[in-house]
Amino acid sequence: MNARTEPALLSQLSNRHLDALEEETIFVLREVAAAFERPALLFSGGKDSLVMLRCAEKAFGAGRLPYPLLMIDTGHNFPEVTDFRDFRAKELGAELIVRSVEDSMARGTVRLAHPGESRNVHQSVTLLEAIEEFRFDALIGGARRDEEKARAKERIFSHRDSFGQWQPKAQRPELWTLFNTRLAPGEHFRVFPISNWTELDVWQYIDREKIALPSIYYTHRREVVERKGLLVPVTELTPPRDGEEVVTRDVRFRTVGDITCTCPVESTAATAGDIVIETLAAEVSERGATRMDDKTSEASMEKRKKDGYF
Amino acid sequence: MSTETIERTPPQEAVTTQHHQPQDSALRFITCGSVDDGKSTLIGRLLVDTRAVLQDQFAGITKSGETDLALLTDGLSAEREQGITIDVAYRYFSTEQRKFIIGDAPGHEQYTRNMVTAASSADAAIVLVDATKLDWKNPELDLLVQTRRHALLANLLRVPSLIFAVNKLDAVEEPALAFAHIRKQLAAFAYAAGITVRATVPVSALKGYNVVDAKAGWAGYEGPSLLQVLHTLPSTPADRDLPLAFPVQWVEKFSSSADTSQGRRVFWGRVAAGEARPGQQVTLLPSNQTATIAQVLDTVRTPSSVEAGNSAGIVLDREVDVSRGDWIVASVENTDAADDEFDDAPATQPAWPGQREVQATVAWMDDEPLVPGRVYLAQHGHRWIKAKVRRVVHRLNINTLAEEDADRLEANAIGHIELLLQEPAPVGAFQQARVLGSLILVDTASHKTAGAVLVRS
Repeated sequence: MNARTEPALLSQLSNRHLDALEEETIFVLREVAAAFERPALLFSGGKDSLVMLRCAEKAFGAGRLPYPLLMIDTGHNFPEVTDFRDFRAKELGAELIVRSVEDSMARGTVRLAHPGESRNVHQSVTLLEAIEEFRFDALIGGARRDEEKARAKERIFSHRDSFGQWQPKAQRPELWTLFNTRLAPGEHFRVFPISNWTELDVWQYIDREKIALPSIYYTHRREVVERKGLLVPVTELTPPRDGEEVVTRDVRFRTVGDITCTCPVESTAATAGDIVIETLAAEVSERGATRMDDKTSEASMEKRKKDGYF
Repeated sequence: MSTETIERTPPQEAVTTQHHQPQDSALRFITCGSVDDGKSTLIGRLLVDTRAVLQDQFAGITKSGETDLALLTDGLSAEREQGITIDVAYRYFSTEQRKFIIGDAPGHEQYTRNMVTAASSADAAIVLVDATKLDWKNPELDLLVQTRRHALLANLLRVPSLIFAVNKLDAVEEPALAFAHIRKQLAAFAYAAGITVRATVPVSALKGYNVVDAKAGWAGYEGPSLLQVLHTLPSTPADRDLPLAFPVQWVEKFSSSADTSQGRRVFWGRVAAGEARPGQQVTLLPSNQTATIAQVLDTVRTPSSVEAGNSAGIVLDREVDVSRGDWIVASVENTDAADDEFDDAPATQPAWPGQREVQATVAWMDDEPLVPGRVYLAQHGHRWIKAKVRRVVHRLNINTLAEEDADRLEANAIGHIELLLQEPAPVGAFQQARVLGSLILVDTASHKTAGAVLVRS
C-alpha cells in the first residue's frame, strides 16, 4: 500500500506536487523582497537553504538576489559546508554577511557555562545582535514544519517582538495568501518559504533540479563512536569519551549544523536519488537521528524559539 | 484530551484503488468537529498507518505502554498543559500517489478564528461526527451543533470538498443501523443548507477501520476508505473562467531576462482570475490607464500564457506607472460609450471596476471587538487601503447562519458589515472570485490581523 514499505512502488512516486511547492516558495520569496525594506536570507550552506536559493534564482533571475545572505557562525562548522557556502555565494554574486558567536563571546554578550558547551543555542544572541546592527526587518529561514512539533504550529510569516520572541498564543491568523507584514519599530519577521516541504520533498527537488550540495550529505567513510543510539563523529571538538570505541563507518549527514550537536547516519547513498529511497524507508525522523540537543525537553524547541531562536 | 490506546497495525489486505482517479497535486485538508470526537485519533491513525510517524516520534507519545495520539499534534507546552489544541498545526504524509497537508484546526468555539485560518487554504474538510454522542437508534436523530457549524463554515469559506466521517461506530451495538440513521440525517441537513457532500464514510479511528484501509461490509458500507476518497479529490480550482485580474506583487526593473523591446519592467504576481496572454487589452488600477500585454512569463521565466492560480510576469507594450499593489485587469468594451455618440467616455472599461463601498461577511478574530466608525487597514491583493466600518448589518448565528441584529462583533463572531474604502479597489464577490473577494482587516494600533472579509457583492 505504501511506498515506504514497497520500494518497488518508488517508480510511481509522483513528484508533480513539487511544482506547487516551488511556486509557493517563489511567491513568498518575492513577497519578502517587495514588502520589506531590509530583508536577509539565512544561509548556512545546508540542503534546505540551498533549495531556497534555487527557488530564489528562479524568482529573481540568475545573479539578481535582492537581499544579502546572512550566516550566524558558531565557529564549529564542518569545513566542507562553510567552503561550499562561500563558493555558492560567490557563484551567485550575492553579498554574504557572517557574524560569529565567538565575537559575541568576546563582547561578553554570550557566556558559556563550560568550554565544551554546544554553541548552537547561543546563536540566538548573535542573530539578534546582527538584526540590530543591520536593522533587518525580515529574516528568511529554511525551517520546515515537518521537522518539529513547535515548528508545525508556526506561520509562514512569523511575527517577532523587539526581543526577537515568538509568541505562539498571539500568532497572526494567516488567511489565504494575504500576509500581514505590518511592523512596529524594533520588531521583525521570520519568514519560512519552505514551511510546507518535507525532508522527502527536499530530496526529490534536489534530485529533480540537480542541486549541488556539500559532499558530506553523501556517503563517506568517517570515524565515529556509538553513543545513546547516535553515531557521534570523532572530531577535535567531539573526542571519544573514556571507554568508547572508535569505529569507521560509511555515513552521510541528513542535516548539518554545529559539529557539537550534529550526527551522521549509516548510509551508502551516493546520489540524491539514493537518498530519496532511503528517506522513504527511514524509521527515524531527521532530528531524532541526528540531533543531540533536541531531546533534553519535550518543549525545548518552543522554548528556544521564544528566546529568539529560529 | 483523548487518551485512547492505539497500536501500529500491520498493513491489512491490499485494497484496489484502480477505479479511483488519483490526483497529482498535493491535497490540503482540514479536520473539524467538536472536542473529544476523535479528531486527534483520526489524524494519528492517518499518520501512523501511512507510516508518516517514525519510531522516535512514536516513542515520544508513548508512556508506560499507552499511546496518546493527541501528543502528536499538540506541539505547544500550553496545549499540553491545558490538554486542548490552541492553534493550527500542519502535518504531512504521503502515499505513493499523493502528498497530503493536514491543517489540524482546534475544535473549541473560542478558536473559530483558527478554524477559519486553516479553512482559507484548504481543498477539503473532513467533518468528524461522533456516533456515540447521537441518539443513533432514532431515525430522526438530532445532529450536534458543532457538526452543523463546521460544515456551514467550511461551505461559507468555499472549501471545495466536504466529507463526513462518522466515527466511533465500533463503540455502538449496531454499527450498520447507526450509520444508516446518521447518514440520512447528515444528507438531509446538507441538502437543506445547500452543501454538496463528497462522501460520508463510517470509520473507527481507534481501530483503523475505513481510515487508510477499507473494511468491506463493515457498518453496511462497501465504499472507499477515507484515504481512498482523499486520493480522488480535486485541488481547489482557480477562478479561470473569468476576466483577467492580476495583483502586482513585485516590480522587477530593467530586466535582462525579459526578452522584449517594449517595457523595461516586469510585473510579477499570481493571476487572481482568468488568464494572462500576450496581445490582451488591459486596464491598470487605480490609475485607469490602458495598455496591451506584450509578453507573459511563467514562474520560471519561460514565455507562455498563465492562468489563475499561477505566478506570472507581465510585460506591457509601453512604459506606464505601475507599482506594487496595483491591479492589471482585462479591458472590456464600454457599452455606455456606444449608446451615446456625444459622450466622450473611453471605448473600454475595466472588467473589474474599482469600488469603494463593499458589502461583506466578516469573521472577526481580534479580542478588541469590531465597532462601526473605526478605521482599519485593509489588505486586498498586495494593496493596503484604509477601510472604515460603516455599520454592522447582522451577526450570523454560527450554528444556523441565521441573521440576528447586532451593533458590534466580538471575537470569533461572524457577521455582515458595510465597509467604505478610502480608494476604489477591484473587488468581486467571494463566491465568484476568491482572490478579488477576500480581504483582511488589520488593527491600525496593534497591527494584528483582526478580520477575514468575504465580499458579498
